[in-house]
Amino acid sequence: MSANTTTPIIAPADSEAQVSVGRRIAKAVGQGGLLLVLLLFVVFFQVTTNGVMLKPLNVTNVFLQNGYILVMALGMLLIIVIGHIDLSVGSVAGFLGAIVAVLMVGVTVPVLGKIQLDPILAVAITLIAGGLIGVWQGFWVAYLRVPSFIVTLAGMLLFRGATLFMLGGQPVGPFPEGFRAISSGFIPEMIGSVPDPFGTGTPPIAVGPLVVPLGGGPIQLTTLLLGVVLSAFLIFIAFRARSEQLKYGFSVPSMGQFWLRNALIIAGIMFIAYRLAGYKGLPIVALIAFILIGMYMFITLRTVIGRRIYAVGGNAKAAMLSGVNSKRMVFLTFINMGALAALGGMIIAARFNSATPKAGYGFELDVIAATFVGGASAYGGVGTVAGTVIGAIFFGLLNIGMGVMSVPIDYQFMFKALVLLFAVYFDVRTKNKEG
Amino acid sequence: MSDVLLEMRGITKEFPGVKALKDVSFSVRAGEIHALVGENGAGKSTLMKVVSGVYPTGSYDGQFFFKGEECHFHNIRESEHKGIVIIHQELALVPQLSITENIFLANEQATNGVINWGLSHSKAIELLKKVGLSETPDTKISHLGVGKQQLVEIAKALSKNVELLILDEPTSSLNENDSQALLQLLREFRAQGIACVLISHKLKEVESVADTITVLRDGAVIESLDARGGEVTEDRIIRGMVGRDMTHRFPPRSAKIGEMLLEVRNWKVRHPIYEDQMVINDVSINVRRGEVVGIAGLMGAGRTEFAMSVFGRSWGHFVSGQVVRDGREIDVSTIPKAVANGIAYATEDRKTYGLILINDVKTNITLANLGGVSTSGVISPPKEVKVANDYRDALQIKTPSVKQIAVNLSGGNQQKVVLSKWLFADPDILILDEPTRGIDVGAKYEIYTIINRLAAEGKGIILISSELPEVLGVSDRIYVMAAGRIAAEMPAADATQESIMKAIMQMARAGAEEVVL
Repeated sequence: MSANTTTPIIAPADSEAQVSVGRRIAKAVGQGGLLLVLLLFVVFFQVTTNGVMLKPLNVTNVFLQNGYILVMALGMLLIIVIGHIDLSVGSVAGFLGAIVAVLMVGVTVPVLGKIQLDPILAVAITLIAGGLIGVWQGFWVAYLRVPSFIVTLAGMLLFRGATLFMLGGQPVGPFPEGFRAISSGFIPEMIGSVPDPFGTGTPPIAVGPLVVPLGGGPIQLTTLLLGVVLSAFLIFIAFRARSEQLKYGFSVPSMGQFWLRNALIIAGIMFIAYRLAGYKGLPIVALIAFILIGMYMFITLRTVIGRRIYAVGGNAKAAMLSGVNSKRMVFLTFINMGALAALGGMIIAARFNSATPKAGYGFELDVIAATFVGGASAYGGVGTVAGTVIGAIFFGLLNIGMGVMSVPIDYQFMFKALVLLFAVYFDVRTKNKEG
Repeated sequence: MSDVLLEMRGITKEFPGVKALKDVSFSVRAGEIHALVGENGAGKSTLMKVVSGVYPTGSYDGQFFFKGEECHFHNIRESEHKGIVIIHQELALVPQLSITENIFLANEQATNGVINWGLSHSKAIELLKKVGLSETPDTKISHLGVGKQQLVEIAKALSKNVELLILDEPTSSLNENDSQALLQLLREFRAQGIACVLISHKLKEVESVADTITVLRDGAVIESLDARGGEVTEDRIIRGMVGRDMTHRFPPRSAKIGEMLLEVRNWKVRHPIYEDQMVINDVSINVRRGEVVGIAGLMGAGRTEFAMSVFGRSWGHFVSGQVVRDGREIDVSTIPKAVANGIAYATEDRKTYGLILINDVKTNITLANLGGVSTSGVISPPKEVKVANDYRDALQIKTPSVKQIAVNLSGGNQQKVVLSKWLFADPDILILDEPTRGIDVGAKYEIYTIINRLAAEGKGIILISSELPEVLGVSDRIYVMAAGRIAAEMPAADATQESIMKAIMQMARAGAEEVVL
């Protein structure tokens, strides 16, 4: 998160005077109301589960169970920012999971017959197949001008059917160990581990009703070190952005605000790193997600392509009259979505160690919800990677929190629906006040 | 005939930064045709929107009376209920619905929510007879031409027991025959005691049909002329419309005109939907280095359509024509190609086509030339900010920071952002479409200064403007466009508002004769 550009909507400089402390913290962190809601939920679950929520296993599970949503939400973000929607991601992910399975496992399937490829080759082919699905859907949307809602609704049925056809209604698995590591592996420990300084017997810290457990398994030093490196890198970027802004005569947040903001971010990162390190280290799926998050932040904030996607979504006519090839931009975002759906589909397949006809069913809704909760606008042109990540983690946290609390599934659905509504309302309200 | 139907007293209406109407008094007698004339932006439409409740009571100062009763309309429904119906320039018909459905839209002939189609149809047939339409009432609107659509609008007005019919430029998109038919209809209404306010740029029509002519200029009533005697001529009306003090409204200009830069030859473009309409018909223009070329004309003359069709064919169906730059034909078939060949087009509609309102100033400024602030596809934020700040200073864009969101800027400053965007793309030919529309006098002067500076740098400027003083004050040479053709070309030094208006009128007459032939 660089200091200046987490959101394309920038509040006028003079609105800072009369905001509450809570909003000031939220603003300092850069994601307005949503992050605040997220933190409130963490505290809530932490209290109601007697400190179980933030145990190393559960923090690790947030990533293991939601990695695919994070990955696909990054593609969905660009689609929504450019002013479209993709309802087919769940089906496409399921289909591509099936593709990678039949390429790797060595079963006899229609059309392709029996193949058994090296997992790396199978993964590469699947990513390309994802891109080709994006070409197919993007062509209909961008060049034949069929509304994306319709094209991807058709895609949803088409690829659900194709999955069933491919698998013949049967699950295909299991997968080689190397492939399964995508979703259940951890980075190898290269330095070693030390016992948790707090030890397993350390009593949790209690702040009122809030219980923060300390101590866990042995600390995986590589993971902890990666957390330190990431923190240092973010501070470096923030400092550089600040000095650049000063150089060009911008008003920047005071040094106090600057440190408050960075301290909060780093505290968050280091806590997560500590928790992950206390279980089995950094999950590979989290590593993939972090790398993609970094890449997409860079694309959206710093590249010409990213800028053009936002321009087309913000005002397609003005962008076109400024010389932006808006059709090509729409086409590219669908290709990108296809490739990320391939990755998501493979993570799902690896997680269940088989490709099933129902894999990815309904996931488009989770992915779309994460993007909108993360502050993307249904009208296009607005949305951030940071927001989307928070949105995805938000839902992951809700799932795990309610799971830990043993909330029945019927209540879980209803509760999630209301949270979706209120979270977006809260976010819209905060933004309106700032704007 | 002499009793007053509508009386308006001291109407003042302000928009942010602009006083659109200044203490306007206006009255319409029962059963007369009252023409309201004036340049674009004089306040004609604004005044009529006050009468019809488009601007609700409280949003303006002053009072008005209809049939002796003071009116406080909150919306159009209330004014229609009283018998005041306005027909806007952009027709309010639903193309997919039938004539009957459109006539009774929001006024359905229904009992308990169930439409009585028999009654609707018989009433519609009656109304269509009154306006002289022979179509069956279940014809879809999209199957009718513009002239007939206009008549359906009038039939719709009649269905509301109209006593005062307001027509905003009803004939601007009609051909001569349809126009004459419409005017004849107005005369029939007059005989039936229906009063009519006619807003029109076509002074010939006004001269022939109006009983009273009121001239508005800069939001104030200049004069009300009794036209019943027939001694009010077109020239007399034009003098009232444009006679204003022109000193110091434009910066001094000393042109250094160089060699030929751009020529558009025999340009022909069809309408994108109505393929039988040749909207741009054999237009040829040229611009030299350092020259400001004005294109004058009324709304609907085809100026914007012409400019956009040259700029990467962003309007209409291209038929034929050449664009020649520095003696060589260039390819302008897409916008990126037009930009690459040094052509830029700054739109008349900055909010819809010019700016990304939700983005900040710097993002808007660099959009047309992102290559200028990036290296291998990666944008350099410091470079971008520096570019934006440079243009902010050079064009004096009033904004606290280049990170301000464009929607928060005033119209004049938004226009400067659009200009900055194209200046940063560094074109050689800059087409400015109504660059001063809706902005105040001071900002206009600054934009004229920028135009002069660009011309002095050797760029060719094509200025499209509906404000005749502006065309005269800024250009070196003027093309007059009417009905999709070039009606005249004249050096600005020899041109007057009267000569431009005359050229337009002559073209309209020539067009009419062509139709008759």
